Amino acid sequence: MSGEKLGWKDLELGCVVTEPGSANEYKTGDWRSERPVRENEKCIKCGICYIYCPEACIEETEDGFFEANLYYCKGCGICAHECPRGVITMVEEVEE
Amino acid sequence: MKKEKVVGLEGSFAVSEAVRMANADVIAAYPITPQTHIVERLSEMVAEGELDAEFICVESEHSAMSACVGASAGGARVFTCTAGQGLELMHEVLYIPSSMRLPVVAVVANRALSAPLSVWCDHSDMMAVRDIGWIQMLAENNQQAFDLTLCAFRIAEDNEVLFPTMVHIDGFHLSHVIEDMRLPDAEEVAGFIPDYKHPFALDPDKPVSMGCYGPPFIYPETKRAQEVAFENVMPKILETWKVFGDRFGRYYAPVEKYRMEDAKIALLTMGSYSETAMLAIDELRAKGEDVGLIRLRLWRPFPFKEFREAVKGVEVLVVLDRCVSFGMGGPVCSEVKSALYDQQKKPHVVGFIGGLGGRDIPIEGFEYMIQSALEKVKAIERGEEVETEMIGIRE
Ligand code: SF4
Ligand code: SF4
Repeated sequence: MSGEKLGWKDLELGCVVTEPGSANEYKTGDWRSERPVRENEKCIKCGICYIYCPEACIEETEDGFFEANLYYCKGCGICAHECPRGVITMVEEVEE
Repeated sequence: MKKEKVVGLEGSFAVSEAVRMANADVIAAYPITPQTHIVERLSEMVAEGELDAEFICVESEHSAMSACVGASAGGARVFTCTAGQGLELMHEVLYIPSSMRLPVVAVVANRALSAPLSVWCDHSDMMAVRDIGWIQMLAENNQQAFDLTLCAFRIAEDNEVLFPTMVHIDGFHLSHVIEDMRLPDAEEVAGFIPDYKHPFALDPDKPVSMGCYGPPFIYPETKRAQEVAFENVMPKILETWKVFGDRFGRYYAPVEKYRMEDAKIALLTMGSYSETAMLAIDELRAKGEDVGLIRLRLWRPFPFKEFREAVKGVEVLVVLDRCVSFGMGGPVCSEVKSALYDQQKKPHVVGFIGGLGGRDIPIEGFEYMIQSALEKVKAIERGEEVETEMIGIRE
């Protein structure tokens, strides 16, 4: 059951969580004010953005480029700051 | 025949004996002031092999409670003790075992809080932790300190309770005073405290996450669950005290009465001063006055039902607080008033503050409170405002 639907009677003793890995479901990307946007033509596939991302939400794609998982990306801009090739630009999130 | 012996023991040592007989697995404590002899004796017991426990000597009370939380999450029977400033330093972590339902047992030797620096007794420390979700009970003498510590393990670890429990003994009045008391046989005690297994003790074969993040969509539900569970602990407290009484011959109740038959005026006290108050009641009864004494044994959960029952027929209730809730009078008096607010028939409640920072209240002090309360009631009836009086203060 999704956490939002749980009533107080559904909670385990002391609110322990018995399902392993459930933190994965928690969306941490929804308070982002800017999102990283890439121009992969400039990318040298060095992986620096992948290493520096404090959220560990950057994944390597099949063709060797890197992509942020926006479900978790907090928009901190560290990847954009660290990228040696200026591949990543932070773009303001606007309501669609 | 009950197997027991009568011994002279300091209150702190009485508690240590109870912890030894309860066979605590882990004891974590900060060993320096404001600590009492409780852990000093326990550390000796562990070193001498009299108690098979892990003794963790930590660098602060904050760490002491943190170690207790971890050990309790691992399923251990856990004990710590502290006092005064130590309880304050522990404060942040005290909420963790109560929300995570970990039955840590702690004994607190009540002391005043700085400033000015004081290591003497009052109830400021225990009142500052009344909202943390621990069961809180008070002893009046060393026998009770021992008995209630034993009971605390059984209550806290009951699978229908699983809340941390604090036994309050008055600093110095009990912790450092030697009294005669009955020490039961260790085997008798072992039979009284059953083996315990926490349903979610950390176990690699049955992994769980404890103390998780609680965003707004779930936090209020967790607090509701905690509050309902806490409101339901009373039957188990009563059950344990009944079993204890049947086994050892000393019975405890959430609210205890002394010479309350037909009493029109009642004094309400908590902790060791209750014994001095009893002497005052005896003297006043000898003079023919209709006075009695009500002692709160259980402070959390507050025993509403038992308290209202105890004050039935009382016209004036005189409450002694050993703590100041600045800007609000005495905390016990405020709570007692709120417990009575919805009652159709209720006594006048008159609060006094006394015994701060180890100041003695002699028998005459209690007699004074009762006389003065009667004057204050007249003033209340005339529609005047009556403030909480601090007794025994030099102008
Ligand atoms: S903006 Fe921050 S969180 Fe998002 S991908 Fe870049 S480094 Fe990671
Ligand atoms: S840091 Fe820049 S260049 Fe290196 S992999 Fe990431 S996006 Fe490509």
